[in-house]
Amino acid sequence: MLKTYQYPKFPFVRPAELDSPQTRHVPVIVVGAGPVGLSAAIDLAQRNIPVVLLDEDDTVSIGSRGVCYAKRALEILDRYGVGERVVQKGVSWNVGRTFFRDEEVFRFNLVPEPDLHRPGMVNLQQYYLEEYLIDRARELPNIDLRWKNAVIGVTPGEDAVTVRVETPAGAYALSCDWLIAADGARSPIRRMLGLDIEGKIFMDRFLIADVVMKADFPPERWFWFDPPFHPGQSVLLHRQADDVWRIDFQLGWDADPEEEKKPERVIPRIRAMLGDDREFELEWVSVYTFQCRRMKRFTHGRVLFVGDAAHQVSPFGARGANSGIQDVDNLGWKLELVMQGKAPSALLDSYSDERTYAADENIRNSTRSTDFITPKGNVSKTFRNAVLGLARHYPFARGLVNSGRLSVPSFYVDSPLNTPDTDAFAGRMVPGAPMDDAPVAAPAGGAPWLLPHFGQGFRLMIALDDAAALDAATAEGLAALGRGAVPVEPIVVAREGSAPGGIETLHDVKGRVRERYDLQPGTVYLIRPDQHVAARWRRFDPAAIEAALRRASGQRA
Amino acid sequence: MLTLEYHFNEPHTRTFYGYEPGDAFYEALIEAHRDLDEEQSALVNARLILLLANHIGDVGLLREAIRLAREDVVGG
Repeated sequence: MLKTYQYPKFPFVRPAELDSPQTRHVPVIVVGAGPVGLSAAIDLAQRNIPVVLLDEDDTVSIGSRGVCYAKRALEILDRYGVGERVVQKGVSWNVGRTFFRDEEVFRFNLVPEPDLHRPGMVNLQQYYLEEYLIDRARELPNIDLRWKNAVIGVTPGEDAVTVRVETPAGAYALSCDWLIAADGARSPIRRMLGLDIEGKIFMDRFLIADVVMKADFPPERWFWFDPPFHPGQSVLLHRQADDVWRIDFQLGWDADPEEEKKPERVIPRIRAMLGDDREFELEWVSVYTFQCRRMKRFTHGRVLFVGDAAHQVSPFGARGANSGIQDVDNLGWKLELVMQGKAPSALLDSYSDERTYAADENIRNSTRSTDFITPKGNVSKTFRNAVLGLARHYPFARGLVNSGRLSVPSFYVDSPLNTPDTDAFAGRMVPGAPMDDAPVAAPAGGAPWLLPHFGQGFRLMIALDDAAALDAATAEGLAALGRGAVPVEPIVVAREGSAPGGIETLHDVKGRVRERYDLQPGTVYLIRPDQHVAARWRRFDPAAIEAALRRASGQRA
Repeated sequence: MLTLEYHFNEPHTRTFYGYEPGDAFYEALIEAHRDLDEEQSALVNARLILLLANHIGDVGLLREAIRLAREDVVGG
């Protein structure tokens, strides 16, 4: 088969622990160098926490696998220093076409919302994302990335977790304060600890093929329900980087995965779909099944589960890798505060609370998509086909056509970290909301977007017309917040002027910040390190902010 | 006028994405048929139509909906 991608092979380096009788202790071990484990290591390393990252393999993901990276994940990847590479290499698409039997039912154009930095999604083979994350991890001296290091035993304890690691040169033990399990859907760590993951298996199989097409073919998403070339099933066509196209064929439960993977079976299917004359070459083929399930809790003492190890969804909506990256975004700052002794370990419970809530949302949405795409039983099929028939004529039915609801971030509206509103606000930036981006000007330097100015520690965003008009009492109150045990860095968003005392000032050049956050002069937002809203008020009240900060950092107000 | 624009909503639930109410309805609709045989399913559908028809009440609108529902199904 053709190769558009050269898989790197990373060298095994003999760990020093093999030659030492003592068990070395490190702050954090991350197990699994997939997109989620790499993101976890980078997040913590950027917080100056040293990380040992263990992976049993020595290369990146084989085959395209996760191909769709959504806006929120791209914003987080921006914070990890790889967002731009992913967007540059990835393929953006806006036009989606939906077919039912031999007819096009409708097409949609996802006109992006104006004045957002990142698109709704880009398509990119998973191996590129991993390669970029590995490049970034190697730039960070406090990440010790070890290939061909497989965890074969784990012993959780009150004060530390010890793992047994097998390498080509022998086995060794390593202990840590915190173990992050990013070891995938079949998570050996989850199994070794005897922890359950509950949910349902879908009785269906899908064939996925990466196909190289040189011919001109539009960068659109095509989705077929019950097409003549593959009757009774669904087919999805998506474009990725390097003229590689991803095709997913629903096969049904009775298909033989080994038979279906053979090129002599796959090629005629693709030829029937594309028409006879189009040239293509097969690059990679796989058959997969999927499950929708999650662990009851993601934290187990000093072992923290992230990504597929903690939760799995059907692939419709690209809610797998995207949600795993959001797990890490949620966990990193909390672990940092706990490790610094600035927050009780109970703060980590909120990681589990918020991300199980998100996992339930992802499971719910991807299950709904699956039930629409692969209806079980005659009644379900009749309703599905009725929706598709009506969708040809009537817009309401197009809204019900569910060929996947693309990964979007959760609004943690029920989070114990939120301080409920006491003032009236319009719009969707409620406590628990992920921040909307907006264009800004940064007179003192920095990105011309709002989000890159957030994401390390807590920030207090205060809105003014003229930043220079910030009164002395408020300026002193803001400065005091920066000196607290959990520091809060102030940032002023204004139409013009510079805030006194060197407080960072952004100019709301298009008025989008005001519009999206319902800002008035004096409005204040407390923003968490993961760019979610913790609390907001119409005026600056140091006592209220202090209480909200205690709550948002896990110390009951 | 029969509403043909997407009109699903859940007034007492805060949702942040437009597709959520429609998907929630569709899920409930499919769920309503769980563990029913074909005759029972047809009966549930009939009862559901009658309940909704009474809620709409306007017979002119109902005639229009009936006309659109038959279109395409009975060959022109």
